Amino acid sequence: MKKFLISALISFGTLLSTVGLSFADELLVPHYTYRVGPFAANGTAVANGYTDYFLMLNERDGGIGGVLTNPEECETGYKAQVGVECYESYRGKNPLIVYPNSTGITLQVLQKAPEDQVPILTMGYGLSAAAKGETFPWAFNYPASYWSQMTSVLSYIDSETGLKGKKIAFLFLDVGYGREPIPVLDELGPKMGFEHMLVPVAVKEMQNQSSHWLTIRKEKPDWVIMWGWGAMNSTAIKEAAKTRYPLDRFIGNWWSGAHVDTEALGMKAKGYKSATFTGTGTDYPAIQDMINLVVKPGKSKTTMDEVGKVLYNRAAVGAVVVAEAIHEAQKATGKKNVTGADVRKGLEMIKLDDARIAELGLTGLFAPIIGSCADHEGKGAVTIQQWDGKDWGPITKPIPPMEDVVGPMLTKAAADYIADKPGWKSQKCN
Amino acid sequence: MFYRETGQFKSKYKEELAAFPLFEDKIGIGILLLLAYVAIPLFGIPGLSYEFTLSAIMIPVVIFTITTLGLNILLGFAGQISLGTGAFMGVGAYSCYKLMTIFPDLNILICVILSGLVTAFVGMLFGLPSLRIKGFYLMVATLAAQFFLEWAFIRIPWLYNYNNSGGIEGPNKEMFGIIISGPQSEATTRYFVCLTFLVLLTWLASNVIRGRIGRSWMMIRDMDIAAELIGVRPLTAKLSAFAFSSFYVGISGALMVFFWLGAAEVESFDINHSFTYLFMVIIGGLGSITGCYMGAILVWVIPVLIKEIGKTSFGYDAFVMENLSIILLGFMIVVILIVEPHGLARLWQIAKQKLRMWPFPY
Repeated sequence: MKKFLISALISFGTLLSTVGLSFADELLVPHYTYRVGPFAANGTAVANGYTDYFLMLNERDGGIGGVLTNPEECETGYKAQVGVECYESYRGKNPLIVYPNSTGITLQVLQKAPEDQVPILTMGYGLSAAAKGETFPWAFNYPASYWSQMTSVLSYIDSETGLKGKKIAFLFLDVGYGREPIPVLDELGPKMGFEHMLVPVAVKEMQNQSSHWLTIRKEKPDWVIMWGWGAMNSTAIKEAAKTRYPLDRFIGNWWSGAHVDTEALGMKAKGYKSATFTGTGTDYPAIQDMINLVVKPGKSKTTMDEVGKVLYNRAAVGAVVVAEAIHEAQKATGKKNVTGADVRKGLEMIKLDDARIAELGLTGLFAPIIGSCADHEGKGAVTIQQWDGKDWGPITKPIPPMEDVVGPMLTKAAADYIADKPGWKSQKCN
Repeated sequence: MFYRETGQFKSKYKEELAAFPLFEDKIGIGILLLLAYVAIPLFGIPGLSYEFTLSAIMIPVVIFTITTLGLNILLGFAGQISLGTGAFMGVGAYSCYKLMTIFPDLNILICVILSGLVTAFVGMLFGLPSLRIKGFYLMVATLAAQFFLEWAFIRIPWLYNYNNSGGIEGPNKEMFGIIISGPQSEATTRYFVCLTFLVLLTWLASNVIRGRIGRSWMMIRDMDIAAELIGVRPLTAKLSAFAFSSFYVGISGALMVFFWLGAAEVESFDINHSFTYLFMVIIGGLGSITGCYMGAILVWVIPVLIKEIGKTSFGYDAFVMENLSIILLGFMIVVILIVEPHGLARLWQIAKQKLRMWPFPY
């Protein structure tokens, strides 16, 4: 017994001592995932797309600039508090990026990351005001903030039926993410002459929206805009169909329009629209590389039918931006092993124009993203896609956001954010 | 052999009543304090990175011990069940945030203590039903407190200063020229602040519990009618237990947001967290201060270590480890409750008793 105890103690000790070791010569690009919990169905696809792109780079090019990448996962279950624990667990390991996959987590680490010199990239989510690079040197929300996205959606509606005198219901997941675009509605409502009503859906009620849709049926809005995630999306579409709300007047943001949300409903969801910033399908050389080098040899957790779907491709685009930032950082510093601070500069120098996208083998997957010191949003545009019963397909050209509206709002929000934070580090851009 | 009272004679009542009547206990507590105050901040825990040790293990454990102390006072000593601990932590956090933003020059430690007082008041308010109902019915009443407060944290934007994000976040706060809270503060500094709070609050709790007030709580717990006949007023006893407990919980909530997480939204105070704190109390041992420490350490540290070791040493996927740690924790709770329903504190007590007799048990 004693011997057993001693040997157990020793083995536990050696085990512990290996924990602290960090790996030399690799680019640590962790992402916060949620393969468990209420948002797992969406979270799994998002996690796979990101991981697979980096694994593909490792297989095909031997990493970035000859250094292998390590897309380590930290499981959060979409809980903000666990996200903070994830963040803390990477301290001292030289992570090159904070990739939270959750607006709630983003808000929690927004103040910490500058102190630890790690940039935060929130691809298509996060705090809208982070688009202001001068105030938020360390946060990036390519290709567009939620506010920009909302204005694009509104201009789409304006072009379809006109907005004046219309009533819009805003159905949103009642967390930081869903509440984020409300200021745009408050600002634009009086200006463009539409009325809006808020229909918050708590996480607990996500799969039971009958009362929310009862409200919508009673109020008879002309359009319903949804900021949903996880099981909330499919439930909402199902309820909309059940209450006979015209689905072509129901439009989700880009996190509410994935295959996982509509596939189970099939033809019942036909006509439902959503915003997007990435294309679907596998007809891109880089995606083919991911299939041949990573998915087919079984090096990934992805199944073949998942590749090319909305969330998978979008997550891959996120990985492309991170990889590109590292590439830019390596070019600028001449070092192979870059730091978080270098990658931050890399993110600002990002120039994913048509030529570069073609070089990466991704033509048509996403619109160009051009970063700069002042603009951390990249002037992305929003496309509207529609579900035809079997697949998602774009129905519009990219719709640019209303910059004249969003710009001043972002400036004010950024100023508000730092108003009660003495010692906040901004940067000057010229 | 090392732990026995032979030869330690007490000649005064005061010595008999001391918190640590045995010399060995004094040495033990001294070593623990030395470890917590000197060894860990200097060297960390061998094998784990220093930052990780402090921010992911030590600070949360210290904060959750304060929460557990608070809940244990209510549940273990006064016998009043509460499922609203998470929300009461939220009261502490939000009131601290309001105080900090309304009086930006006020020292943050004073804010934390004041927010504890605010929570004590709110706790007393929700403790009022305890005068009429007990057991399961009281549990439901505190559940209502949980849901009501969660609702308030979302629907009353004044509480989070009309932030778009709906969350609260702490700015940098200085004391004696050192940043002790906020994003620029060092983990070590924050750890020292939390630890000092814990030591002082433990000292306070152990004295209150051994005193008149604590005894009246235990009398109410054991048999309220008998207690009333002896002359304990249920009104003051129950409400003081709610107030005292909420004071601790409120302080731990404020510490959690401003000395650990840095920011929080309502999700950090939801009912699942209330259950976690309940587990800590039950696993540690109802009605025991040592148990609070053990429960908080076990429930918090084991999953964190499992995840970290599984990830870095065995290369398991993060989500596998996450699921595994959930399963293991549940399993552990069941096993501990079957093997020792009185919690870890009871095991510790038995061990001490055995040591006293060793090597000639009878």
